[in-house]
Amino acid sequence: MKRREFIAAGLGLTLGARLAVAAPKKGPGTAESLDVEVWQGLRRQLFGERAIEIDVDAVIGLETPYRAADAASVPIAVRGHLDGADGRYIKRMWLLIDQNPTPVVGVFEFFPESGGADVETRVRVNDYTFVRAIAETSDDKLYMTANFVKASGGCSAPASKDPAAAAQSMGRMKLRIDPPPQPGGAARAQVLIRHPNVTGLAMDQLTRMYPQPHYVRKIEVRYRDRPVMNAEVTFAIAENPSFRFNFRHDGAGVLVVRAEDTEDGHFEARARVDENGMS
Amino acid sequence: MLSRIAGFSAAWLLAAVAVQGWGAQAPFAVDEVAPGVFVHQGRIADLAEENGGDIANIGFVVGERCVAVIDTGSTRRIGEALLAALRARTELPVCYVINTHMHLDHVFGNAAFEGEAGVAFVAAARMPASLSARAEGYLRTLDHEVGEAAEGTRAVYPTMLVEAEASLDLGGRTLTLRAWPTAHTDNDLTVFDERTRTLWTGDLLFERFVPIVDGSIRGWLDVIERLAKLPAARMVPGHGAIHLPGGAALAAERGYLAGVANTVRKAIGRGDSLRQVLDAEEGSAPAEWALAERFHARNLSAAYTELEWED
Repeated sequence: MKRREFIAAGLGLTLGARLAVAAPKKGPGTAESLDVEVWQGLRRQLFGERAIEIDVDAVIGLETPYRAADAASVPIAVRGHLDGADGRYIKRMWLLIDQNPTPVVGVFEFFPESGGADVETRVRVNDYTFVRAIAETSDDKLYMTANFVKASGGCSAPASKDPAAAAQSMGRMKLRIDPPPQPGGAARAQVLIRHPNVTGLAMDQLTRMYPQPHYVRKIEVRYRDRPVMNAEVTFAIAENPSFRFNFRHDGAGVLVVRAEDTEDGHFEARARVDENGMS
Repeated sequence: MLSRIAGFSAAWLLAAVAVQGWGAQAPFAVDEVAPGVFVHQGRIADLAEENGGDIANIGFVVGERCVAVIDTGSTRRIGEALLAALRARTELPVCYVINTHMHLDHVFGNAAFEGEAGVAFVAAARMPASLSARAEGYLRTLDHEVGEAAEGTRAVYPTMLVEAEASLDLGGRTLTLRAWPTAHTDNDLTVFDERTRTLWTGDLLFERFVPIVDGSIRGWLDVIERLAKLPAARMVPGHGAIHLPGGAALAAERGYLAGVANTVRKAIGRGDSLRQVLDAEEGSAPAEWALAERFHARNLSAAYTELEWED
């Protein structure tokens, strides 16, 4: 039995449930990340003089590999840990990668009925860098946590493996739903969007021209016609974007995911979910 | 024995480099694996200062009119050492420099051949786009990993592109080039020497060095079946032993890739995330493949992001 399954079984949880098992951090952490020049610029730009608390595990956690297996598709999870007990919820999360050409990966907006701010995606990472997540709570407080990620070397360029294939079936979507562990709880959904997510940063050596950036920039999720998650994202999201998120399953309904790209492409996927959370 | 000779010559090369700087490289050791077919075996290693980037199999085929170079190594200096080995054997002009795909360890010695009169740089049609998307990162990687020995290295792009198939005439000797659907990368090109039935596979075939998926694992498994049916008397893989009948090495590669695909398909079926797969498989790199602890997780990741789209 693998470690993760073992822990899950031991706690009497299903694998679909979120586990707040804090892995020990490797490498430099949030405190060290405050000195990074890029961050100091971003901080002024995005948050002005507002206070930011760091490493408050009760609010936000960030899961990243210390060494990326593939720089073109690095799995990242930002997990909000507020359970609503103090009346607060996370209304917004920023995901930043300091050393990327465009450090802002995305801004994710959540709602009281979201089922908990929690998003997993995959990103392109250009170099050794801090990855940081900043949460804004409903009482307008900011919290940040940062991890160091090593991504570079050999064939690990953060480039597409098969851009022609991704472009060919562009717009195809897959929506997968895991039922909530207990009725009325948070269900887990994954959406996949077939898209080359072209950065526009790599010059075509034959024409000496830069391609037009072409990437998914907006995701909107609704369940039973109420907002679950709205995201504004950049080409730091890996080719064929993937997002896993929660939605509160408070009865049968339709989960709708809408995506929009920079060329005014609109994509939509729907899944009907029954009263047991099965789709 | 072979590897000891290669190790010795590489050490000697580095000493020569220190004295001469680039521009006048001591010739690489090359083996004549078939009449007129010369191969330099790269080390089974990742890029490092100590190997100067000499990690891929590169070489040349000599015709009656001219010579075709097949892959040029990770750095300008490696390209120069290959050119010196070539010049030690023939005065014929270099008419073609063929790149089997865009990876830096196969193309970044191209600059050494730019001065050859009338030379054409040949690659699969999708190679320039794939290289230009990575070139900047590759140069940074070389700087980090190889350092000084990579000085003077830059990308040199193909001037002749192969869409599907092409024949190159070296004078009394024909090379048949074939561009494949996405497999190891999206721009794999094989070179078949009709006279000796030697197939240069590029990185479509890895021997001992763990195969690295940077294209499509499904596509690669298909291409392996097709390579196995070619009438090749021997194969020159991109990495590993250079005297190979080919069949057993292809089967071993197929076994590894099929195993990766199988593990990943099961995990996707269970609903495991990419992260869960990587965590669960940590430490599972198969010991029979060199450098698996470095690249196995990467292969799982590449396979996952491809196979999650299967129905």
